[in-house]
Amino acid sequence: MGQTLLQKVWDRHTVRRLPTGQAQLFIGLHLIHEVTTPQAFDMLRQRGIGVAFPERTYATVDHIVPTLDQTRPFADELAEQMMAALERNCREFGIRFSDLNTDRQGIVHVIGPELGLTQPGLTIACGDSHTSTHGAFGAVAFGIGTSQVRDVLASQCLAIDPLKVRRISVSGALGPGVYAKDVILEIIARLGVRGGVGFAYEYGGAAVERMTMDERMTMCNMSIEGGARIGYVNPDETTFAYLEGRPFAPAGEAFERAKDWWRSMASDPDAAYDDVVELDGAAIEPRVTWGINPGQSVGVSERIPDPASAAADGDAVSEALDFMGFTAGSPISGTRVDVAFVGSCTNSRLSDLREAARVVQGHRVAPHVRALVVPGSKNVRRAAEAEGLHEIFREAGFEWRGAGCSMCLAMNPDRLDGREVCASSSNRNFKGRQGSPTGRTLLMSPAMVAAAAVGGEVTDVRTLL
Amino acid sequence: MSELRPIDRIAGTAIPLRGNNIDTDRIIPARYLKAITFEGLGAHAFEDDRASMPNHPFANPAYAGASILVVNENFGSGSSREHAPQALKRWGIHACVGQSFSEIFLGNATTIGLPCATAAPEDVETLIATVEQSPATPMVLSVDAQSIEAAGRTVPLGMPAAVRDSLLTGQWDATGLLLADFDEVRRVADSLPYVDGF
Repeated sequence: MGQTLLQKVWDRHTVRRLPTGQAQLFIGLHLIHEVTTPQAFDMLRQRGIGVAFPERTYATVDHIVPTLDQTRPFADELAEQMMAALERNCREFGIRFSDLNTDRQGIVHVIGPELGLTQPGLTIACGDSHTSTHGAFGAVAFGIGTSQVRDVLASQCLAIDPLKVRRISVSGALGPGVYAKDVILEIIARLGVRGGVGFAYEYGGAAVERMTMDERMTMCNMSIEGGARIGYVNPDETTFAYLEGRPFAPAGEAFERAKDWWRSMASDPDAAYDDVVELDGAAIEPRVTWGINPGQSVGVSERIPDPASAAADGDAVSEALDFMGFTAGSPISGTRVDVAFVGSCTNSRLSDLREAARVVQGHRVAPHVRALVVPGSKNVRRAAEAEGLHEIFREAGFEWRGAGCSMCLAMNPDRLDGREVCASSSNRNFKGRQGSPTGRTLLMSPAMVAAAAVGGEVTDVRTLL
Repeated sequence: MSELRPIDRIAGTAIPLRGNNIDTDRIIPARYLKAITFEGLGAHAFEDDRASMPNHPFANPAYAGASILVVNENFGSGSSREHAPQALKRWGIHACVGQSFSEIFLGNATTIGLPCATAAPEDVETLIATVEQSPATPMVLSVDAQSIEAAGRTVPLGMPAAVRDSLLTGQWDATGLLLADFDEVRRVADSLPYVDGF
């Protein structure tokens, strides 16, 4: 019987079995940012402990970064304090830092892959639940809390329980205007927001194999929204082609040796899975969330569900409809939006921006809509500008911003006001997520956000392509 | 904060919080993550929910001083922010009992010495109903016995063996354990081809 990638990577990184029964797992790459680390460094100082493998940690700044005026000191004193703390900590402990003065700053889950830090077969941890993104490369990558960040800094290891593996196979080809975002929203709607607890999700099948790395990252990114803290895709030629030539990827003969090892870490054809789920990719349509968790989505041609319907958790549907101010049975299409946000670690990469630009080209943002595009990194921003995408967005009435997490979680000046409804390419539609306690989020693909910006309401992007 | 000691018996009153999938953004809104310490987080636990729902248990004086939080399914989903269990602990919560917890939340809570135990849905409902009816009902949770006593009943609790052992032995903060055999950590690092760039 063959092994899964998860088992192989797990075994190669297990230091020992702890008395608690957990595995002590070596962490190949530790990514850090300003929000979840200051307390971890302070704990190290209090205990007089150093950083065990500073060369295996890499820092960036993303959550609190203003996307308009990045002049230091930041206008927000608390943001400035966090930025200064990370600068001091990286200096003191000898950690590499893509800060705002470098051309490599950006969202941690965008820069790791684009710099070639993220590679197949690694264990990757970061104090951020969307660390699952890096699984797109065939890494075992997961989010941790601040005390665990301290543990990784101190020992380059984590104490962790074993996970089961659910293979999610998406067959067929996605239709025009249907993206990885729609596939993952469909998977979460089907399996539920807690269906993945205790599992790592392995995504495969023809539709996933055909996806670009950007699309695979979108899929893996939202694994955690389905309760799975790890999601991954087996590495293949698409993965290797993406990595070749990246600044931190091996080069020359080392790259060839790396490819052999990376291939060997992929799940065996006869690997045993704890569960298998199959979906028909051709049957998936563009999806939009109507509620307050990412499992509450429908196809753009469908209606907002009724709490009385047997299939749904009635109380949860009622609570969501009450918060959203939506009527059961209404079509989701045509729902008026006030804000359109293209960005976040889920969908802020070059291909996301290209798709959104393709939709808005030759159109204008509806007069009542505030629209912004926030590239995931300085690299993405530069590459998009080289193609003239910024001009397309600006001409259509979008704002073109600097790189950061922006309105995904509003730890910066970008946020919703009052009860605004936001068409958002981000990952969470939780109550209050986008900075206004009463603000409302509709998750969808970047192309669908572009269509909503232009239409002023939820619009089937397939009518604009 | 993390003075390591065995954690077993938690006695006090309880606070019920109905609803599945209560995410960490609701436990502590992101704007309070903009700080370089965890101090003061307790005052902001469920701040937006308290403001928008006048009947929220965390806004109800009847539950002031409660130390055991009783929840439904998938509590603590979403963001990995340790600020969520930190805020609860600093609010005065010393243990959580629920149908299920998100994995990252459970790991974060354990590592700061906040036990989270699971109970069967009907038992959770009984506990919630009991405390909704009589907020002053004294309860005693035992990590060792994996049970909670309330109103003359003993309700069985579940907990992953690793979590239970780490709490009972005072090793819930893993740093010491992870550093105990550092030669072995080096050996594993040296065995991985990517560590020296292939």
